[in-house]
Amino acid sequence: MPTWPKESKFISKNIRRIDGPAKVTGSAKYTSDVQPEGCLYGMILRSRWPAARITRINLDKARQVAGFRAAVLVREGERRVRYYGEELAAVACATKQACQDALRAIEVEAVPLPFVVREEDAIRTDSPRVWDDSPNLSKAGLRERGDVTKALADSAVVVEGFFSTPVQVHHPLETHGNTASWTDEELTVWSSTQGIFSVRDGLAGNLNLEQNKIRVISEYMGGGFGAKFGPGVEGALAARLSRAAKAPVKLMLTRFDQSLAVGNRPSSYQKIKLGAAADGKLLAFELDAYGTAGIGSGGSTEGGGGGAEFPAPYIYQIPNIRVSHRGVTVNAGSARAFRAPGHPQASFGMESILDELAVKLNIDPVELRILNDPFEIRRKEYQLGAERFGWKEKYRKPGSSPGSIKTGVGCAGAMWGGGGGGTQAEAQVNPDGAIEIRCGTQDLGTGTKTVIAAIGADLLGLTPDQIAVRIGDTRFPPSGGSGGSTTAASVSPAVHNTCQRVLEELQKVSGMSDVRGENWKSACKKLGVNPLVVPGKWVEGLSSSGVGGVQFAEVEVDTQTGFVKVKKITCVQDCGLVVSRLTCESQVNGGIIMGIGYALYEERVMDRASGMLLNPNFETYKLPGLADVPEIDIVLLDMPERGVIGIGEPVTIPTASAIANAVANALGVRIGSLPVTPAKILAALDKSKATA
Amino acid sequence: MNKPDCSSKPSGSVSRRNFLKTIGTTAVAGAAAQAESIAAELQKVDAEKIQGPGPVPITLTVNGKKHDLELEPRVTLLDALRNFLNSTGAKEVCDRGTCGACTVLIDGKPVYACMQLAIESQGCSITTVEALAQGNRLSKIQQAFIEEDALMCGYCTPGFLMSATALLQRQPKPTADDVRHACAGNVCRCGTHPRVLKAILKTAGVEITQKTEVIRYADLA
Repeated sequence: MPTWPKESKFISKNIRRIDGPAKVTGSAKYTSDVQPEGCLYGMILRSRWPAARITRINLDKARQVAGFRAAVLVREGERRVRYYGEELAAVACATKQACQDALRAIEVEAVPLPFVVREEDAIRTDSPRVWDDSPNLSKAGLRERGDVTKALADSAVVVEGFFSTPVQVHHPLETHGNTASWTDEELTVWSSTQGIFSVRDGLAGNLNLEQNKIRVISEYMGGGFGAKFGPGVEGALAARLSRAAKAPVKLMLTRFDQSLAVGNRPSSYQKIKLGAAADGKLLAFELDAYGTAGIGSGGSTEGGGGGAEFPAPYIYQIPNIRVSHRGVTVNAGSARAFRAPGHPQASFGMESILDELAVKLNIDPVELRILNDPFEIRRKEYQLGAERFGWKEKYRKPGSSPGSIKTGVGCAGAMWGGGGGGTQAEAQVNPDGAIEIRCGTQDLGTGTKTVIAAIGADLLGLTPDQIAVRIGDTRFPPSGGSGGSTTAASVSPAVHNTCQRVLEELQKVSGMSDVRGENWKSACKKLGVNPLVVPGKWVEGLSSSGVGGVQFAEVEVDTQTGFVKVKKITCVQDCGLVVSRLTCESQVNGGIIMGIGYALYEERVMDRASGMLLNPNFETYKLPGLADVPEIDIVLLDMPERGVIGIGEPVTIPTASAIANAVANALGVRIGSLPVTPAKILAALDKSKATA
Repeated sequence: MNKPDCSSKPSGSVSRRNFLKTIGTTAVAGAAAQAESIAAELQKVDAEKIQGPGPVPITLTVNGKKHDLELEPRVTLLDALRNFLNSTGAKEVCDRGTCGACTVLIDGKPVYACMQLAIESQGCSITTVEALAQGNRLSKIQQAFIEEDALMCGYCTPGFLMSATALLQRQPKPTADDVRHACAGNVCRCGTHPRVLKAILKTAGVEITQKTEVIRYADLA
């Protein structure tokens, strides 16, 4: 069984991101920066109707626009559109300005149809159907264990609550997009993607091309968060435009397009009943939930994992449960996998009701969690985190903080898989000692390139800068999509295996017993003129899956304005072997900050009257900024004996729950609906005053 | 961000005339003095050459180098840089002045390149992220961004670097709040903020430590 080195120079250390220099100098070429010779600009015409029958699309006037080169329809003939922003056609022109003119010149004839964009409207039986042959509210998916009714009756305490989470939009800063160049020989696509092979295979199916006729490249990409696996409608359109125009076409979505049509996190509405014994042991859990994944609700969603269901009762084991989930279809863009699909929703409902129970039982919320948590690592994380955070000193009875600016604390836990598999890699060792490690994975900004360099350097006795890391090309050995926090655990063992084989081969060729470090160059010299190319693949024993993770939040809430200031987040996260400490900690920061957005700011707002999305850009869809970021205390719980495990997702799960619990602790009133906005806080305070 | 006034900027504005005319015809109830000044302005503008809507010669000075271009007057500075000069360091993220990824320096001031027309940027000195390093030598702030891992996907990074560079030029010893203020117009989705703050302060000689620790699980009780 292979093992990770006991002593290492680079693994688990603070090594600098190897593509840092390219990214700080502007020389890193992202998909949006790639401009092959003669490259045209592409743009998509989208539906102005939330629901309509499109009877005719006339491209004639668009063809008259100066600079026009090609146009394609998404679909020929009459068709239905089911949301504002659905793709109708695309144009390729010499400039962006010509594209804008051409889009304006396209004539669309449509018969508008009734629509429904909000969940609470869509579940009513008299609301318009999004799909003619099925109701908007799907049949309930039921899960039952034990006897909930009896267990609730037997419980010493029962708490009930209603919780909701909004549709959250991914908003990677680089929008979805591709630069496609389709020649007689092959189709080359530079793609901003989390899965170069899934883009290749998706295009092959869509365009009826053989897989060996398509090359997908993604050397640098500006974020994905789960929304960028397939080629999407926009990928196929870019390729078709390139074929029609006989020139490369760059088609990057606008921020508006990004908001409308390429994925989001489904909403959730959760009615929860939780029963417990007097000592706090959980006995019964009942959930009746619905949520929307847009027009795709109830059906399959591109990218997978984008449905409205979520794991319940999340991380807790409760003997008696009854869980009911229903999807609600609305006239809005579909969900896609979004960083830890389902988990933040699940966490919010469960951790909120758990704090209500703690208050009712007069038990410390941390104690209540430790009592009911089946995962030993997480129980220890609660203890460690509580001590670091100063929980005992900071926690007080809800609403008992004096003054108009109230402080409060909250906590929450998470779980995730993060295991790996299936990746291949290869190394080319050149006679001058220069080495290149190639792997068909992609770096979303998580530090995959750096992880490969650190492992290669450690195993070969070199330094990271001596290793040329080549990724993001379907001509390299295959790796899976970067989702589910699987990349590090998939790629690292494959690189380990490749390097071990390099050492074996090089020992054979050179006749030297140790070719590492200072012997490296002389060993490589013995290769003669031909470089040595060695394949490797993912092997058992170097990675595993299953992590916990807990977070603590401290907030200040101004009861006069409703403004929430997050003061501090403490995060304790187990992550197997820490491969690259600096980039690992950066991901933890990132998960927490995205969680702050989910807690306080982010929400897709649909307009009931027009069916339009009201906040399709950053002036209205608010993301956390530098001034919103609190002190963040990170503890990485190192377990090298478990091998590599991914952590991109677990770290974003509990943040919003912990913050919402802290707000409830500060106010003595719970806001059961994310995002926790000043308006909701002031309304809740007014209501509690009125009933007091 | 205020648009800098570049003194040598040619006065060939496109829409000012129509704008003034609209005011002139609609401001029926306007004060006489105001109407007079509008008339005077109109006269002035009438004397100017009307440019566009087709391509017009535009000269941009980017990173010390002059570029003669033929651009439609509606082309933004960002579009000119990225799509006509192949200078792709400044990124297009929102294209409406809400994210800061396209921040460049115009005569030393940080400006959203998507919110200014190329034609308005003539006669100005435009600096992009590509000019921060001297050859292979990175600037201090670039170096600090790498050391502190103040970037992940890197798409917002050029914008943050330009805001930071401008801040440090006008205020070599900023406080943490100064940094927060200077970067208030820059959006990041990966969550690099704590390390951006740390890197900028480090460049100014202020070390702050983010509390992070690696603890072996096996060492826990």
